[in-house]
Amino acid sequence: MKNMPPETTPFFARDRDMHPPAYTPWYKTTVLRSPQRALISLEGTISEITGPVFGHNIINEFDNDLLANYAKPGEGPIGERILVHGRVLDERGIGVGGTLVEFWQANAGGRYRHKKETYLAPLDPNFGGFGRTITDENGFYWFKTVRPGAYPWPNGVNDWRPAHIHFSIFGHGFAQRLITQMYFEGDPMIWKCPIVKTIPDEEAIKQLIAPLDMNATIPHDMRAYKFDIVLRGRRSTLFENRMEGN
Amino acid sequence: MVQPLGYLKETASQTAGPYVHIGCTPNFTGIHGVYEADLGSGSMINDQTRGERITIRGHVYDGAGTALKDALIEIWQADADGLYNSPSEIRGKADPNFFGWARCPGDMATGEFVFETIKPGRVPFRDGRLMAPHVNFWIVARGINIGLNTRMYFSDEEAANAEDPILSRIEHRVRVPTLIGKRDGDTVTFDIHLQGENETIFFDV
Repeated sequence: MKNMPPETTPFFARDRDMHPPAYTPWYKTTVLRSPQRALISLEGTISEITGPVFGHNIINEFDNDLLANYAKPGEGPIGERILVHGRVLDERGIGVGGTLVEFWQANAGGRYRHKKETYLAPLDPNFGGFGRTITDENGFYWFKTVRPGAYPWPNGVNDWRPAHIHFSIFGHGFAQRLITQMYFEGDPMIWKCPIVKTIPDEEAIKQLIAPLDMNATIPHDMRAYKFDIVLRGRRSTLFENRMEGN
Repeated sequence: MVQPLGYLKETASQTAGPYVHIGCTPNFTGIHGVYEADLGSGSMINDQTRGERITIRGHVYDGAGTALKDALIEIWQADADGLYNSPSEIRGKADPNFFGWARCPGDMATGEFVFETIKPGRVPFRDGRLMAPHVNFWIVARGINIGLNTRMYFSDEEAANAEDPILSRIEHRVRVPTLIGKRDGDTVTFDIHLQGENETIFFDV
């Protein structure tokens, strides 16, 4: 981001073959919540190309430390301590600095801290289960947490979510807005999950699975998982097409 | 053989799930003490903000006509002069007292969302023609696999709407009213229908 002028060009068309379609009846809630009509194409206008900037001043010291941001002094959450780190890039491979990354998850037993959550696994009094950070100028981010547990959910009679962390990513343009989920290498539950299976492309699913990263592991403290996130790229500023209609 | 293009692929979307509030609006779901306030919550205006004060209210309805109680709605709009508060805005400097972005979870009992904002000015289309005043919406929820983009235009802008380059290209004219917020005094009501006869127009932006 540093030394780069703000970009003002439209984003690449979204490759919807890599994304889940709206209607995926094996994930039952989509049946009544999926638009049935075709999306109307709207090539980027200023309304989609622009987006707000979130300053680092909104971030508190422990916002990216889920081991500490809800824990009582001197205590910490139960569970496997992990570091999640990676980079937010765009489709051109350019790091997207200044990206707001928000994350939330269940505790080590698979229980969320939410008013409407009813799973019988207990809450952890030292775990809130959420945090946020802003990527550095090269797009890098990291946070500390515990590995979340799998949990059952009401869909099929015996459906379980694989261990996962939810991510909300806010890049430079409103059209880059993305929410996704990160899964963990080696988890056999991934390929049984109806929500994972909404994604039609196997490579796109693999892109959501974070590998164990022993090089980033902190010895005698926590293991690390690497999760890179790719946002839509932008057309080149050098060869901007002539405005249409002229 | 040809050279590989070498582009990366955009990360696939996954549903925000039923607990999106934990990550995006924790105070709303009763988790206090970590963030002072939920990002994007509260009024979008202060005493110095330029422009006409309005309140946008609405619900997101599913195909059975039931209001979603777990949706998260984000809006992004220009200031009163039609400028976005963004580094990618090169036409001028937007009102420093208007951020232009906000986030609101639907009420847990009724599903209603509310934004206290100003009416945006007109923003040019890519060929220079002016678009009618509009607010950009992004909707996520459990059961929505990829965030939905739409726009709200204003019922008291008939002339501008008639010449809007986006509205005027919509083939099925009967669907255009799904993009028009109904103005009554200072309140603009914009209901979003995910399915059914009145299915809102969603855009591939």
